[in-house]
Amino acid sequence: MKLLIAFVLIALIISFIADKQKTWLGIKKGLKMFLNLLPAIISVLILVSIALFFLPEELIIEYLGEESGITGYIFAAMAGSIALIPGIVAYPMAGMLVKSGVGYSVIAVFMTTLMMVGFFTLPIEIKFFGKKVSLIRNFLFLVAALLIGLFMSIFYQL
Amino acid sequence: MKQFIKKNKINLAVIGVFSVFTALSFFIDYQPGKLIFREHFYPFFQGMIIFLPVMFILIGLGDVWINRDKVEKHIGKDSGIKGIILVIFLSMAQVGPLYGAFPVTYLLWKKGASIRNIFIYIGAFCTIKIPMLTFEIGFLGWKFSLLRTAASIPAIILIGILMEKIIGKKNFKIKQP
Repeated sequence: MKLLIAFVLIALIISFIADKQKTWLGIKKGLKMFLNLLPAIISVLILVSIALFFLPEELIIEYLGEESGITGYIFAAMAGSIALIPGIVAYPMAGMLVKSGVGYSVIAVFMTTLMMVGFFTLPIEIKFFGKKVSLIRNFLFLVAALLIGLFMSIFYQL
Repeated sequence: MKQFIKKNKINLAVIGVFSVFTALSFFIDYQPGKLIFREHFYPFFQGMIIFLPVMFILIGLGDVWINRDKVEKHIGKDSGIKGIILVIFLSMAQVGPLYGAFPVTYLLWKKGASIRNIFIYIGAFCTIKIPMLTFEIGFLGWKFSLLRTAASIPAIILIGILMEKIIGKKNFKIKQP
């Protein structure tokens, strides 16, 4: 995190030297986006906090932990495909879940399907690509998400 | 301000109820309420509240500096490897949800981008956006982010190639709803 903050600072300085006005505009745009999303982020964190209170850590580790096997992946893939959480909100949530015992590879499957497979956005996608192409695309990405999860589990279990 | 409240009605209600519940819990010494706040909510919130604004400033900067039109000219049908790389870079600079990518693919298709590049764009848009990567690194760590990106890029390119093979070059159309 510290490294990232330093990186942003350097970017800011370079941007400021290059163009003062553009930089201010960028800062304003970014902070406006932040304020717009802040309520959503905080309320998701609240809901996850409450859920974590009721779900004992052993249970989470057993069903969603690094060694939960295929059940964890299937659950993560289903949740990720149907959920409609913006990525920016999902990362803080994922960070919280990992600290509570959910496996990294399970999180990878969840995040990948969340980003790439959209069950409820399928009607929108069909309007652009047509039925066949949309279904194939979602299916291929679902498979890819599971493979990405498997790949990561190899490294996390080493 | 009015619009902000309207758009965030449910979220603000959740935050309001939680704040009152937490305040009361501390006041009457209700253990579960104190625990939810102290053990789960607060440690995470604390780290996030410094990190997030900084990341959003980066997103804002990217938004003002990156010119999408320039890149879009170079990803046509015969663009080959160069096209793939450009598409990946173009999509990395974007923000927004999956369905935000569809209108962009329509523009790309109209400008003559290949099927392969269009689906690579979608895949890359979903998985390796720079703003998202900064969040990922911040909340899940370098190792996670590197591994996931390393696995995702080949998967995305492969899916692009597969899609082009399955659909065939001729009968593909993107409509604008």
